[in-house]
Amino acid sequence: MREFLRAGRIAIALTITAATCALAAQTAVVMQRRATTPAARRTAPAPALSAAARTLPRFRFENFTTANGLPDDHVFAVLVDGDRIWAGTENGLALYENGAWKTYTTKDGLAHRAVLSLALDKRTGDVWAGTMGGLSRISGGRIDTYTQLNSGLSNDVVYGVSVEGENVWVATAAGACRLNLQTGQWSLYSERNTPMEEIWVYGVSATPTKVYFAVWGSGLLEYDQKTGGWDKYEDPDGENEIVLFKDQGLIHNIVSSVSYVDKTVWASTYFGDSRYDGRYWHNFLTKDSGLPSDFTNFVKGVDANHAWFCTDKGLAYYDGADWAVYRPSLTTGRPEMIVRDAQGHTSALPVTTAPAHNYILGIDFQGSDIWVATAKGLSHGIRQQ
Amino acid sequence: MTACSAYRLLGACLLAAAVFAVSSGAGSPAIAGTPQRTGDTIIYQSPVELLFSLDGKRLYVLCQESGEVRVLDTAAYKLIGTVAVGRVPRGFTLSNDGARLFVANSWDDTVSVVDTQSLRVTATWPVGAEPSSVAEDPAGKHLFVVNRISNDVAVLDARTGVEEKRLAAGRGASYITASPDGNRLYVTHIYPNLPGHGGGLQNRMPPESEITVIDTLRAVVADRIPLHSIAGVFHVAISKDGRLGAVAELHPKNLVPLAHLEHGWAFADTLTLFGADVGRQPVEIPLDELERYAARPFGVAFSPDKSRLYVTSGGSEIVTAIDVPRMLHAVHLRRSSFAEDLSASADYVIARVGVGHDPRGAVIAPDGQRLLVANRLDDTISIIDVRTNQLKATISLTDPQKLSVLRYGEQTFYTARYSFQGQIGCANCHIDSTFDGLTWDLEPDGFGRDIVENRNLEDVKGTEPYKWNGGNPNLPTECGPRTEKYFWRSETFDDLTLADLVMYIRSLPPRPNRWRMPNHELTAAQERGKAIFERAKDNFGKQIPEANRCSYCHSGPKGTDQKSFDTGTKKPTDDSGLLDTPQLTNVALVGPYLHDGSAITLEEIWTVNNPQDQHGRTNDLTKDQLNDLVEYLRTR
Repeated sequence: MREFLRAGRIAIALTITAATCALAAQTAVVMQRRATTPAARRTAPAPALSAAARTLPRFRFENFTTANGLPDDHVFAVLVDGDRIWAGTENGLALYENGAWKTYTTKDGLAHRAVLSLALDKRTGDVWAGTMGGLSRISGGRIDTYTQLNSGLSNDVVYGVSVEGENVWVATAAGACRLNLQTGQWSLYSERNTPMEEIWVYGVSATPTKVYFAVWGSGLLEYDQKTGGWDKYEDPDGENEIVLFKDQGLIHNIVSSVSYVDKTVWASTYFGDSRYDGRYWHNFLTKDSGLPSDFTNFVKGVDANHAWFCTDKGLAYYDGADWAVYRPSLTTGRPEMIVRDAQGHTSALPVTTAPAHNYILGIDFQGSDIWVATAKGLSHGIRQQ
Repeated sequence: MTACSAYRLLGACLLAAAVFAVSSGAGSPAIAGTPQRTGDTIIYQSPVELLFSLDGKRLYVLCQESGEVRVLDTAAYKLIGTVAVGRVPRGFTLSNDGARLFVANSWDDTVSVVDTQSLRVTATWPVGAEPSSVAEDPAGKHLFVVNRISNDVAVLDARTGVEEKRLAAGRGASYITASPDGNRLYVTHIYPNLPGHGGGLQNRMPPESEITVIDTLRAVVADRIPLHSIAGVFHVAISKDGRLGAVAELHPKNLVPLAHLEHGWAFADTLTLFGADVGRQPVEIPLDELERYAARPFGVAFSPDKSRLYVTSGGSEIVTAIDVPRMLHAVHLRRSSFAEDLSASADYVIARVGVGHDPRGAVIAPDGQRLLVANRLDDTISIIDVRTNQLKATISLTDPQKLSVLRYGEQTFYTARYSFQGQIGCANCHIDSTFDGLTWDLEPDGFGRDIVENRNLEDVKGTEPYKWNGGNPNLPTECGPRTEKYFWRSETFDDLTLADLVMYIRSLPPRPNRWRMPNHELTAAQERGKAIFERAKDNFGKQIPEANRCSYCHSGPKGTDQKSFDTGTKKPTDDSGLLDTPQLTNVALVGPYLHDGSAITLEEIWTVNNPQDQHGRTNDLTKDQLNDLVEYLRTR
């Protein structure tokens, strides 16, 4: 397993060098480890709407690409700030406001053209952008950039960012770090002072009580804000490639993102997803859930029981019992919405729109609407029911 | 006649002589001989800001040196009371109901809350680093405190003083003004924003500043009005109808040799105008005219009917009166900035009124008939009749008192009267006796050669020699022949004036260091950084040559051994790589770094500018260690 991890990381590193970023890197991994049970194979047309189909949200998707103002179709992250939509693309940070797109680039001071992650400081309205070349703060139109050369930032490849109070928590390719905005002090977290064995930190979710880090190859790390102590959650199956103990811990150590909400951790990995409420684990695999793929790039919890999963085969929603998948069909490309109820019955609902692409990288909420970052455009899911 | 009364009489004569109108063609105030003064230490009032009570019956005077608010009745300007506040108060405001006065104590990092009925301090709230001004929102929900060192605006609960958040402002954020409806706040800053990443020519780029615009309802930054080529931004005023804003600022010409002062190449003293009356783009206009400069503009005030705009100039010791309709006409004719056109201000400047030393805040009386100006270095308030634009009276805040050596030295430091055409003074580049955040082309050795970063004056005593090349062995040389030759290009100081100026500069204390813990202990990271600073072996166990250790050159209490070294930072445009070791006092504040400002941050000294380990052995350090070293340096 360790050799596999190393090989995977090398593949990713090479891919990054080729400037195609995390998207292609993740694809390289999935080519080796792809699960083979897409939900669609078990889908049969339903004669009537099931209870699940009636309660799960339905959307009309409007898609944005370079054809209608987006600077690039590769959208790594999306962030909603009221009526303003921020999209982190491979060619700049785009802002959708009053029906028009504006793009911030390195000429405006952005750290790098490829924007991998976004976070909103809800108190100040400042937006933090993690890029392939550092961390940028966009505040009232001004961009301040922090890099590993001009600041205490641990590494310029910033996969994740999260704001909590006066602290900005950053997930990088060389560990995690924290910037205290009042003192300007940087604190670095790596294998030297945490249980982190691997230092590729892909995601971070910070709250006043706990901070969780998604670590590629090193599981899930928990930092207690009060005590300053660390906990580590790993796959109890270790380096076995099969799941021996499904709900006894994290589903896999290659964790791609984490979302902590309502004292519940939602973690996505490249081999399934996990939910942890502080006492019990519950894991999700394609074979026994509505996940369209075990390869999940991003997860965002709505609350303790509801979450969205951004996979390489579509966008999935889980309401605590039932599942819905939104995507263009993997075979025909036609829009589809697949519903799976708690008993495992699946049905396909007739829809006319879908997210711009199957390969989903991010999601954020705007009231009952959703905004979805995909490999080929940004999608606005307008709630229909 | 005693010395002090003689001085006062002389001062009155000077003021009387200084009242002149543009149309009269009168020159700048005559320079008298050196007045008599005492070596005694005297605590002066040093008024910097003025406020009228809501009913107009009281005048609040913020006194910086004595750390108090003086309350005068506005009928006879008699003292009603005095309220002691914190150290070096810099700004204040009244609550919407007038019941409370909020005072920003810049050296205590607090806001004093004064009950305006009892004239007692009812609360002292801790805030950010070096609070410099305050404003309340219309609903009385939030108090906004502008922090100079942390470069932000703290948003406090106006009832309890509990800080809710901080908004990022410009570097050296200092002054705040509310729009007439209170929905917007305009915040300015005295040091230019540090440049971002670029092509390695950051130290050759014009400075960039901003007006940070805050939405008071949401308590967020709504906009930033860019101020290109501006470094040093002071008061903002907004006309009563909300359609016109004006900000006082310095427009340095730091990238051409300062030796060209005779060509007007040092600073333009300007206003930037913005708002609906101007149009979409702000416009920068000059206050200067040929042979008559308005050095160091600071305070700005509109008349209630927007017919006049008044600007104080600390260096020139004048108030400039502007005809607003004519100014707007000039703006609309030209359609873009014309800051360096010395012929332009004649179109709209209608008077220049001499006032006291280092005039700061200006306020129009509620009756709209009087402009009051706080003369910081005279302990006086000038009252100008706005109908005639003439000095009507000068109020003294104290009984007759002596002029101390230090006060006279400070007056010399802040005046522009010694330089060619009165263009600049020491305080132009050493704002509030600190630094300006700029790199300068000083020497007449060709354009772009020997660019040097401006060094901080805090705690400068005992750090000789001076200049980056260590060429001046002491302050009398630095401030005397060198200044006269390269900067003033005009009159020289007499011996006593120079001696007092040097005394003043030697007296400058360091401002409190905000990175040190109150008990003077170091945090764990600072301790680790100190060990790196003092280490004798590198990470590989190899002995570091003594001269290549941080603590060798940066030794002693001020972090300098007062010797010169070649740290490998010489550029092709530098004549020499041998550079004086700079002191480390408050080093965290004074970027950019290195002799030419080529390191924008402390980190860049080593991550970018030390490839051969000539500036200390650092290339073996891990990122954690470098961060620790920076944390320690911030405590110096």
